[in-house]
Amino acid sequence: MVPDQNEFFMDPNRCIGCQACVQACSECETHKGYSMIHLDYVDRAHSVQTTPVVCLHCDSPTCAEVCPADAIKKTADGVVQTALKPRCIACNNCVLACPFGVPKMKTEFKLMMKCDMCYDRTSEGLKPMCATVCPSQALFFGTRQEIELLRPRSVATNQFRFGEQTITTKVNMMLPKFGKAEYVDVTAAMSERSSGKTISLNILDGMYDEEQSQ
Amino acid sequence: MIRSEREELTIPPDGRSLDEQPKWRQDFPIDWAEAHYVSRRDFTKFMVLTSLAFTAGQFWIIVRNFLRKRRGEARIQPIATTDQLPIGGSLAFIYPESHDTCLLVRTAEKTFVAYSQKCTHLSCAVVPQPDKSRFYCPCHEGSFDLATGATIAGPPQRPLPRIRLEVRGDLIYATGVEVKTI
Repeated sequence: MVPDQNEFFMDPNRCIGCQACVQACSECETHKGYSMIHLDYVDRAHSVQTTPVVCLHCDSPTCAEVCPADAIKKTADGVVQTALKPRCIACNNCVLACPFGVPKMKTEFKLMMKCDMCYDRTSEGLKPMCATVCPSQALFFGTRQEIELLRPRSVATNQFRFGEQTITTKVNMMLPKFGKAEYVDVTAAMSERSSGKTISLNILDGMYDEEQSQ
Repeated sequence: MIRSEREELTIPPDGRSLDEQPKWRQDFPIDWAEAHYVSRRDFTKFMVLTSLAFTAGQFWIIVRNFLRKRRGEARIQPIATTDQLPIGGSLAFIYPESHDTCLLVRTAEKTFVAYSQKCTHLSCAVVPQPDKSRFYCPCHEGSFDLATGATIAGPPQRPLPRIRLEVRGDLIYATGVEVKTI
């Protein structure tokens, strides 16, 4: 059981793309040398900015909702676990359904494996592997008081909206305190032809406004 | 604070509580605690039905024994002549029904033994090895004693069914089957 006061905070602004988390994650024996975390490039054509992607442990996990084999379960502390090996049929539904791209299909094991917030560590009161190695603390695991003290200009949010779907998660994302919320219209993007340009998320806009007003 | 074990954590997409959800969603909850929870009623139902099945099984065994007794002794059937087998030789024959293969082994000048060929573990065909004084089952390395049919090694628990033999003149007859459980 992961203690309630310990929460995961993700701060994509602070990610320096060093891949230390990926390396640390893949060293864990509980998922056989595969990394359950990956870095996303925000706008690869124009920037080296990356964001780490851990499982956000949704209140209504889409991966579990679409699982035809009833293999994905959530423990009492809200952590969505890797698919149960005897049940998983390796159908890839969860991989396609997750809006964050978290579940990883390992066809050699015929099993979906995903970030479980290092359940073996966090349930014993330790920090997840990625949060212990992150040099810029883009991945932070601790209490809410600690993060508020460390990041006075950021605010934690755990609500994401993809088109019509609003997702509330266990993991928090640190955002600029005075920034305005951006919503991605996923369904519109699906019918859009690729133009070779990527959509840029102007997530830092609000922060600049805040600096100028001071 | 640690949450209680059975608190509903997962919020269904329509936002209503679990009791208002369709039956399939109640039957396959996402929450671990909810999925592993067994109600007293379900547990009792399982226990009652299982014990009922066991009771019915006992009656079935009684009926089977009764029917077997009524069928009576197996018929007497000539198998081979005494000079047909050398010492240490073996012969497969069918007795008492058409799908029951058995093995006749000549262990000494005047000693013949016969057993069912079906291993008592999973009905593989056993192989006679008179030089090692045993029947060997290649499926799971089971062994039976050649002289008594008793188990020596491997997974089988019951001895091989013995075929009663009778030598009249120079003909060997099978006169019955002795099924032993130990």
